[in-house]
Amino acid sequence: MRTEPFTGPSGERIPVVRTRRWGRLAAAAVAILVVGWLVYVMVVNPRLHWDKVAEYLFHDRILDGIWVTIEISVLATVLGLLLGVGMAILRLSHNPVLSGLATLYIWFFRGTPVLVQLIFWYNLAFLFPELVLKIPFTMIGVKWDTNEVMTGFTAAMLGLGLNLAAYFAETVRAGIQAVDKGQTEAAYALGMTPAKRMRVIVLPQALRIIIPPTGNEFISMLKTTSLVYVVAGHDLMTNASQIYKANNLIMELLIVASLWYMLMTAIATFLQSRLERRFGSDAVRLVRGGGRGARLLSKAAA
Amino acid sequence: MSPVVHATGVRMSYGDTQVLNGVDFAVAPGEVSCVIGPSGSGKSTFLRCVNGLEPVLGGSLRVLGEEVGYSLREGRYRPWSPKEFASFRRRIGMVFQRFNLFAHQSALENVACAPVHVLGLPAEQARRTAMDHLERVGLAEHAHKRPHQLSGGQQQRVAIARALAMSPELMLFDEPTSALDPELVDEVLEVMRGLAADGMTMVVVTHEIAFAREVGDRLTFFADGVVVESGPPAELVANPGHERTRAFLSSVLSQREKAG
Ligand SMILES: Nc1ncnc2c1ncn2[C@@H]1O[C@H](COP(=O)(O)OP(=O)(O)OP(=O)(O)O)[C@@H](O)[C@H]1O
Ligand SMILES: [Mg+2]
Repeated sequence: MRTEPFTGPSGERIPVVRTRRWGRLAAAAVAILVVGWLVYVMVVNPRLHWDKVAEYLFHDRILDGIWVTIEISVLATVLGLLLGVGMAILRLSHNPVLSGLATLYIWFFRGTPVLVQLIFWYNLAFLFPELVLKIPFTMIGVKWDTNEVMTGFTAAMLGLGLNLAAYFAETVRAGIQAVDKGQTEAAYALGMTPAKRMRVIVLPQALRIIIPPTGNEFISMLKTTSLVYVVAGHDLMTNASQIYKANNLIMELLIVASLWYMLMTAIATFLQSRLERRFGSDAVRLVRGGGRGARLLSKAAA
Repeated sequence: MSPVVHATGVRMSYGDTQVLNGVDFAVAPGEVSCVIGPSGSGKSTFLRCVNGLEPVLGGSLRVLGEEVGYSLREGRYRPWSPKEFASFRRRIGMVFQRFNLFAHQSALENVACAPVHVLGLPAEQARRTAMDHLERVGLAEHAHKRPHQLSGGQQQRVAIARALAMSPELMLFDEPTSALDPELVDEVLEVMRGLAADGMTMVVVTHEIAFAREVGDRLTFFADGVVVESGPPAELVANPGHERTRAFLSSVLSQREKAG
């Protein structure tokens, strides 16, 4: 808003009146009161032991849990991304059986709650007490006890990874379809096979569109891992819950866990913004040629 | 010498729309064959059939000594595999109206891409020959630029260099200057003139009648998916044998005059 005075016809200075936005001030005051009151009742609440929060913040089992959470998040995200790219390629395949199976996969994993999938994988031993990998009609192969393989950790990784793959496949598919069709023609005209065109021309461009959203996937994965506590995955949430089940300091340990989740999310958000700066600006320009995806992307970026 | 392209009665349709209704067309080695015709007459479709990007549904289309899409073995025609299509297309260069450069690669990478990934040449060698090809189209100093940093005319010249890098036996041009601002048309035509002078066999869909008269050995008029008539460019322009040809030529020429 202008604060410099105007100059009148005879050179006198005419000041500008400051407008007061009473509505805005009132809204801010109400908001501060509400938030302040909420913080106050938490902080001074005699039933909340802040000393216990401080004590458990760096408890060994909490710190161990954090590592497991990060491990599960990273592994499940990597599994989800790789499988997601594979599913997207199958989905776009001209072979109706392959693309049908990919559609079925995506529908199944998006259609069932991730909690159900976690419990399913954890209890796989009910269906298959032994996991056998062998060459059909021979005796050559290996065999595992399902209960030994399907620990909370592997169940978590599989459940979360397979689930992410189903969501991610749709992102990748959009990325692949956003690459200008003319480049595909040019690739074929130069004598590339469909597989080579996908690897050399389409995927490198599609991945640049896909990389920024992977940051979001990872951030949401960090928090989704808390579901793992139903299968005792020894992650942050599992360990926190085991501690509070023993000592009944439920709120204190939930606060401890939340503080750590918030820190992890903040770090991941920072890394994501760097990733986006690296790839994001290029992505829109790269996929030129006016595909629907490219236009949507450029609108979203604007 | 046997023709490089020999089409007899080629038919093609997209679903129910018949696009090519029996095209007869031939290109001799070293010939520059220009094609004109109204929008939607099937010129692009025909070019795409010639390098196997679209399947022919009837008639015979022989290109570089092969029936496109099929090999004759033991008295039967067997359809090509994707690999066989790929190795056939290697021998034919194609230049598109919209350039279709690979957007994530520099000009140099665009030109070196197929020699590395299709022919399996060592990267260093491919880059060196790619540089020679860029030099030939006058873009050596722009080698490191991405497509979006180049003008339309420069992009189209990169696209030509990219096709030349595969040492094609036949070059197909689909309206290579139609998407360009008028002042950029000449730099592309200049490169094409050079190619023609070097004896390259070329099929050029274009509305640049002056170019066809100057460089073309033959001019063919397409309409409604058939060849209406064909002859030496100067003769066809001076005395078209059909009323449709005359009408089309005069509309193109008057548009040129207005633009020029
Ligand atoms: N992929 C497609 N699917 C369906 N119909 C198509 C497709 N491509 C082209 N056609 C139709 O085929 C006909 C011939 O198109 P083509 O592009 O070969 O014409 P053209 O002579 O190159 O025209 P222009 O001068 O506009 O480039 C047109 O009627 C067009 O609508
Ligand atoms: Mg066309």
